[in-house]
Amino acid sequence: MKFLRMKPGHGEVLIAEGDVEVREDEQRLVEEFRRQLDAGMWAAVPLGGDGRRTAQLARSFGEVPRDADRVIFFPRAAGGR
Amino acid sequence: MVLALAATALVVLGLLWEVMAPPLSERVARHRAGRRLVPTPDYDPGRERRAEARARQLLKSCVNGEEWAMYRDLGFVRVWGRQAERPGDHATAAGTPYAYLIYPHKPILAYLPQTGRLLNEYCVAFPDQTRPYGSARLPDSDDVLAKWMALTGDERRLIETANLHLPGRQLDPRQVKRDLWRLRQWERERARSTAAGDAVTR
Repeated sequence: MKFLRMKPGHGEVLIAEGDVEVREDEQRLVEEFRRQLDAGMWAAVPLGGDGRRTAQLARSFGEVPRDADRVIFFPRAAGGR
Repeated sequence: MVLALAATALVVLGLLWEVMAPPLSERVARHRAGRRLVPTPDYDPGRERRAEARARQLLKSCVNGEEWAMYRDLGFVRVWGRQAERPGDHATAAGTPYAYLIYPHKPILAYLPQTGRLLNEYCVAFPDQTRPYGSARLPDSDDVLAKWMALTGDERRLIETANLHLPGRQLDPRQVKRDLWRLRQWERERARSTAAGDAVTR
């Protein structure tokens, strides 16, 4: 599973990577997930195959599907002008 | 007599000072501020282009083929509202089908595809307060992808976060109507070429 983060002036950045079936990797991913949410990010998991695609917003690592290959972090939405 | 004139002159000078001092001090402050060197991060067009190229690849890998082609060809993405089903689907939810147009760094526009009626503008931003290169603004395609993920992932949450305005506040309704017309033409053309491709393979 890869954690990507959108960044102004850069595009996405790989911030963590690991196998959720490996305990140490999973722990590291959980901690990084928390860190990103604490930093004001939203987390989304792109879903779907050939047809209609959607995303799932995850509020905790437990909500991320185990077979997801990536989680995308992006700045939390705010009301614009 | 001299004393009285001197006193009057003093009073007049005092009053003049009261009137003139604030604009003068403001002008001096402005002059000083204008001369001060304010450090601004360098804008690097090459870096921004590379960021946008990366963002486009990420967007392409997340949305489906039709949405990607729509963004590539027309510059916006249509997302169907989840509270009602899209036309042609066997609807289980009640309600008129509605959709959103997602433009980069512009409000999300809700409209009724069957009539073309514009409903609302939802002003939403994704500011990155870490400002890695001095700007909180995501590349265009990342902004579109963030809106797309938030809308398809949790439409209600995004809409509740956004500031709601009537159509026409930021997006020119005439331009949007033109975009909807372009979208219809584009879909017709796409359907035609898909049908032609099917006929050739048969």
